[in-house]
Amino acid sequence: MALFSFSGITSLISKLRREPGANADVDWNEIEQQLINSDLGPKLSVELVDLLKKNLNASLEEGLLELLGKDRDRNLAKNQNPNVILIVGVNGVGKTTTVGKLAHYLVAAGNKVVIGAADTFRAAATGQVSTWAVNAGATLVSGKDGADPAAIAFDAVAKGFEIGADFVLIDTAGRLHTKAGLMDELSKIRRVIEKRTLVGEVLLVIDGTTGQNGLTQAQIFAQAVGVTGVVVTKLDGSAKGGIAFAIERELGAPIKFVGTGEAISDLAPFQAAAFVTALISS
Amino acid sequence: MFDSLSSRLTKTFTGLRNRGRINPVDIEDTCEEIRVALLEADVAGSVVTLLVEKVRTRSLEQISLDKKGINPGQQIISIVHEELVAILGGSARRLRYAKTAPTVIMLAGLQGSGKTTLAGKLAAYLKSEGNTPVLVACDLQRPNAVDQLQVVGSSVGVPVFAPEPGNGVGDPVKVAKAGIEFAKQKVHNFVIVDTAGRLGVDKELMDQAKNIRDAISPNEVLFVVDAMIGQDAVNTAQAFLDGVGFDGIVLTKMDGDARGGAALSIASVTNRPVMFLSTGEKSNEFEPFHPDRMANRILGMGDVATLAEQAKKALDGDSAQKLEEKFISGEKFTFDDFLEQLQAMKKMGSMSKILGMLPGAQSAAMKKQIAAIDENELTRAEAIIHSMTPIERQEPKIINGSRRARIARGSGTEVFHVNNVLDRFSAAQKAMKQMRNQPGLGGAGNVQMPGGMPSMGGMGGMGGMPAAKVSPPAKRSKSGNPAKRALEGG
Repeated sequence: MALFSFSGITSLISKLRREPGANADVDWNEIEQQLINSDLGPKLSVELVDLLKKNLNASLEEGLLELLGKDRDRNLAKNQNPNVILIVGVNGVGKTTTVGKLAHYLVAAGNKVVIGAADTFRAAATGQVSTWAVNAGATLVSGKDGADPAAIAFDAVAKGFEIGADFVLIDTAGRLHTKAGLMDELSKIRRVIEKRTLVGEVLLVIDGTTGQNGLTQAQIFAQAVGVTGVVVTKLDGSAKGGIAFAIERELGAPIKFVGTGEAISDLAPFQAAAFVTALISS
Repeated sequence: MFDSLSSRLTKTFTGLRNRGRINPVDIEDTCEEIRVALLEADVAGSVVTLLVEKVRTRSLEQISLDKKGINPGQQIISIVHEELVAILGGSARRLRYAKTAPTVIMLAGLQGSGKTTLAGKLAAYLKSEGNTPVLVACDLQRPNAVDQLQVVGSSVGVPVFAPEPGNGVGDPVKVAKAGIEFAKQKVHNFVIVDTAGRLGVDKELMDQAKNIRDAISPNEVLFVVDAMIGQDAVNTAQAFLDGVGFDGIVLTKMDGDARGGAALSIASVTNRPVMFLSTGEKSNEFEPFHPDRMANRILGMGDVATLAEQAKKALDGDSAQKLEEKFISGEKFTFDDFLEQLQAMKKMGSMSKILGMLPGAQSAAMKKQIAAIDENELTRAEAIIHSMTPIERQEPKIINGSRRARIARGSGTEVFHVNNVLDRFSAAQKAMKQMRNQPGLGGAGNVQMPGGMPSMGGMGGMGGMPAAKVSPPAKRSKSGNPAKRALEGG
């Protein structure tokens, strides 16, 4: 049984796209449902539909793009050497994989990269990140399982200074935002790094399949450690990652990268137009 | 931030609860509230539509009956509850065992859903039930997944069959087959096969999963899914159902605050039951799924059944019996008993988790209290008691100012912490005495739960919890009903 009749919506949307203002008999309920299906959430979906109704001259795509801020600066901040990037998020979103891919991306662009393996909690996480470090051609700083993650982060930053690295990526343990103790630990990692240098970026990794809980995650991580950008992973599946749109709207932190597969090169700078197109296509 | 499904529905229904009569317009409003709440809880649109429709129809019928004396709000709550339970799979199902051992369980799911962690928990759970499971490492894809399973296996004391190093090397189908042979040889009665995470749209990897399944014909294929998943849950679940097929669902990361609408969506679309919940990072944070309890939790009715079960488990048979004997014989309640209770409570999990299961835990006020709880309190109290001499533990009355200072130094705390613990202890002691003096109380049947509970009463002051203070003395009460007694006493 088909859950929803997607074809109908698609043709409506493409009609809207081709002929701005062709609103005669648009079924807004269906469009709202389609947006909800992309994990934008009922509240934002209703808001968007209302906006589109008001501005019938814009196509749905244009409208969404406008809301996402198409001219935002989505580059990694680069104002110091080494530039420290903290990678945070809940369990299983793909932080370690993102660290590996990001290291590869930066090394390929001619940068010297240090990875700090500050996930000392999950079984064999250090092994996983060290495999990535080797493949990416980055220098790894690690400690024993159960070691103090803040100490490892500090050592990694020190290593970055020592070898004149351009970037230091800190992989942190996955933690549910509901665990206050673990969120405190994250704040501590940041504080300890700041004894030596500034933290240039805090990237929140969001699983593209996440539902509305992603908003809560983002808010609490932002409170604990500050979030300067978002990485959306697992966009190679059937999920649309609409929650990232909602997070960017709510938090103001731009989406900077998207993960699209398991290979080391499957990470790309975020393209707002392509994302929006995928969001409303079936 | 959104209200959680339970608090939202609770709010919706508070309005209804306070009304004696209800009209169709009220039902429409309520249905719209339920619809938005379910969507915000990530329940799939199609499932929401079906559920709301059923609730509407049934509500209209109920009202036309106009039962006297029954609150219409209560009626709608019970309708929603029943429909939730129906979708969640009716009654709980247990694992199917193979006619001839080993019973083979295969795990499948998206990347990062928590399969490897769950494999360890499932193994620990089966082991605790007296089985001899073995873990088979068939995730040869993700870097160091094999290592992770080995670490997980050794931490729960379950052997891991891992002939291939992984990291892209080795054939998972062969490993799975060899794993079954290994289990037969070494007489393991359960085999848990951990597989690589895969996307529903990845044809090649889905075929691989199907090949593993065909090679080992598992008794159960469990679909492991993150409780935080959004609307894509239905597509992914359907893809796995079509691709490998599965018999049951495991929801992971239930210790987060995701509302777990995925459970409703997936169970409804695939017609498969949710069988287990994974509720933390420790190997024992795992429990069989109970549809009615989940519905209770969703509706904010609390989860007292699970709480009672955990209390029973934590307070192991011996100490429970000892406490019971003590209680009946009228022997003095000492700090040693208090310590035992503290330790039992620690075993039950964090305070916030325990309190989160109580009715009303979803209310804003209660949530604030839970968030403010200092989880170190229990550890601190334990350290303080450990710093007492045996005589002090038997005769707490002798603990004067200088002894308090010494205990504080010994436990690395401050004197006010020690005072706090002493206060709580005397409150607990008083509570025990009162219960013993209750006519009609103090029988063995009562002690089982109170065995764990007095300490909760005694710990009432913790973290500024309201209402949890020891109930006022209720002398000469004649009622066997605790609620009535409380009224009499007050």
